[in-house]
Amino acid sequence: MSLNRFLFILLAILVLIGVTEALGQGQAPPLLIAVSFLATTLQVATPLTLGALSGIYCERAGVVNIAIEGMMLGAAFFGWLASIYAGAAGLPMIAALLVGVLAALLTGALLALLHATLSITFKVDQIISGTVINILAVGLTGFLNRALFFQQEVPHAPGVLPTIRIPLLADIPVVGRIFQQQPITLLAIALVVFTHWLLFSTRWGLRTRAVGEHPLAADTVGINVYRMRYANVLIGGVIAGLAGAYFTLESVPSFEPGQTAGRGFIALAAMIFGNWTPFGAWSAALLFGAAQALQINAQFFGLKVPSQFVGMLPYILTMIALTGIVGRTIPPAADGKAYEKA
Amino acid sequence: MSEKSSPGPGSTSEESKSSLASIVSEGARGLLVPLLAVFTAVVIGGVVIWLTGTGPAPADVKGWPGFLVQSGLWRPILAYSGLVQGAFGSRRALSETTVWATPYIFAGLAVALAFKGGLFNIGAEGQLALGALIAAWIGFGLPGITGPLPAIVHVPLAILGGALAGAVWGAIPGWLKARTGGHEVINTIMMNYLALLLSSYLLNGPWKDPDPTNVVAQTPPIAQSARLTPIFADYRFHWGFILALLVALAVYWLLWKTTLGFEIRTVGNNPSAARYAGMAVERMIVLTMALSGMLAGLAGSVEVVALNYGHTLSFNIGYGFDAITIALLGKTNPLGVVLAAILFGALRNGASRMQFLTQVPVDIISVIQALILLFVAADAIVRYIYRIRARGTKLVLTRGWGG
Repeated sequence: MSLNRFLFILLAILVLIGVTEALGQGQAPPLLIAVSFLATTLQVATPLTLGALSGIYCERAGVVNIAIEGMMLGAAFFGWLASIYAGAAGLPMIAALLVGVLAALLTGALLALLHATLSITFKVDQIISGTVINILAVGLTGFLNRALFFQQEVPHAPGVLPTIRIPLLADIPVVGRIFQQQPITLLAIALVVFTHWLLFSTRWGLRTRAVGEHPLAADTVGINVYRMRYANVLIGGVIAGLAGAYFTLESVPSFEPGQTAGRGFIALAAMIFGNWTPFGAWSAALLFGAAQALQINAQFFGLKVPSQFVGMLPYILTMIALTGIVGRTIPPAADGKAYEKA
Repeated sequence: MSEKSSPGPGSTSEESKSSLASIVSEGARGLLVPLLAVFTAVVIGGVVIWLTGTGPAPADVKGWPGFLVQSGLWRPILAYSGLVQGAFGSRRALSETTVWATPYIFAGLAVALAFKGGLFNIGAEGQLALGALIAAWIGFGLPGITGPLPAIVHVPLAILGGALAGAVWGAIPGWLKARTGGHEVINTIMMNYLALLLSSYLLNGPWKDPDPTNVVAQTPPIAQSARLTPIFADYRFHWGFILALLVALAVYWLLWKTTLGFEIRTVGNNPSAARYAGMAVERMIVLTMALSGMLAGLAGSVEVVALNYGHTLSFNIGYGFDAITIALLGKTNPLGVVLAAILFGALRNGASRMQFLTQVPVDIISVIQALILLFVAADAIVRYIYRIRARGTKLVLTRGWGG
């Protein structure tokens, strides 16, 4: 990602912190406000980071994935459901939650398999195929949520994933709060580093980028285009599943219809703003996360502006980011095009 | 097609007969895949109802064949018969089906028109919400500024005001696409959330019904002069349905009988060719999105003026996604959209009767809807299941992220 864009993001996040400091003036020590703001930003950016990574795997291989939202929603629901059943079956809390996470990953993978089958094998328009999955996820989770818990109290998951204290760093006074995070948040950051390495330093990454940029050339040198695309879409699905698990197993122990509230689409914007690179997408996700953190803080500090207007901030930022004000971005050349083997 | 349908003066009666027959068979073949897609989706929906059902059989299936009762197969059968009854079983049911279908026709046309111009409008939901919001304000708020208005002015003003609001809401992502290349798929979705938040603010704040008994986020009722009264007493069937049919004809005329429509379709089919032919592609993108948003805005304003006489905050109704399915099921053809919209109106209307009879949640309709879209989009699957050979050319709908 270009230095310009990185500086823009840094500046924008600093402005958001500044606004929060101004709001909370006198209500809490400035350092505490900044630390809690950053900690919140890291948390709420998690599904955006993971969603953007999911998009990067798919699109670097040439498959547009607007189904991230649906994959997240489906994974959030089935992960939550599995953890409830596992808890009811007598598993201890942490084991039940892990079962939930596995179910979420599996849901993401299955929906990704559907997307891959439709768009790679059947060559359905990739955006339409993504829309099918988004609608399917809304319908299926809404239906099952009501069919299974019809006229009864909807149960809660056994709990949320425990906070992990990073040794030494978490013990620093005040600032240590940033280094006390839940596992999916930490895993998301690790996946950013891993994806960067995988894409740009391994043979797998080179092949993935080759089928996304020029599938015919890749095919000619003996790379199996279909297999690379299937594999990357499936990996993307698993990561979107992890993002879904964040909602119902890490953030809150409950599910509500439409819980993902467009985060999957904001994640896509983060991917584009980050120019299809892991670190670029991560910093964009942090920016959108910071906008959301401001919203949370504004409510907490009793801001006079109606909450709806502060709530518009992430969506407006997303639209501004897409205008390319801070430099144009270039998608993989074969992104969105089905490959027809000659 | 249109040449065949009107045989020239020189053609013999035999020729015209054969061409008429070929049109009929062509039309039937065009309907075959969508119908089979709907049928397959309904069957799979039945399997889902069957698999998720619990509890004993109610009294009214006691007389049924034993295997239906024991296997639980009574459940989808009872559910679907309830659905059909609720959708078509009485005059009232039919009237309600048209009430449901009305916004679907407008919104489906909105998405279909955008598709024709090579644009994917996922924002019908927000454009509709904004149309309803502004129409309601013109209905209840404007007389406070201008003084009382005669119905002949007030009604069209409210309808067109809502349409204009939808057009603006659609034109913004269109302009962003034309000027900056920001993709309309993401921007229209962002505009949906902005519309929702704006509605939430206005309906909970300045535009909230001040009546002391009101606890809901809704506007005051609109003035009598802004209302279209029902056509028949005791039925909710309203003028909006008729208007929707007329607008469908108008969209057909616009797309295939006017220069503007030709330009929209050319830009949609091949923007480079359109540019070479001297068309202002960027302007067409903004215009297409504005027209599309206008149609969705009409869906909202007609609901306010002809049916609800006010606007209530609604969340996640799903008009936007429904409209996409309707547009694709209707093959982006205005007449097809009307048929698909009536089908969806029937499904949504019948579903509440189904839930009442069998406790199968109405959400099953969304599952069926996703399956319909799946089979319409991947018609290769339907062709494979039913062994139908592929014919004709494929619709080009969307392109990748590149401007």
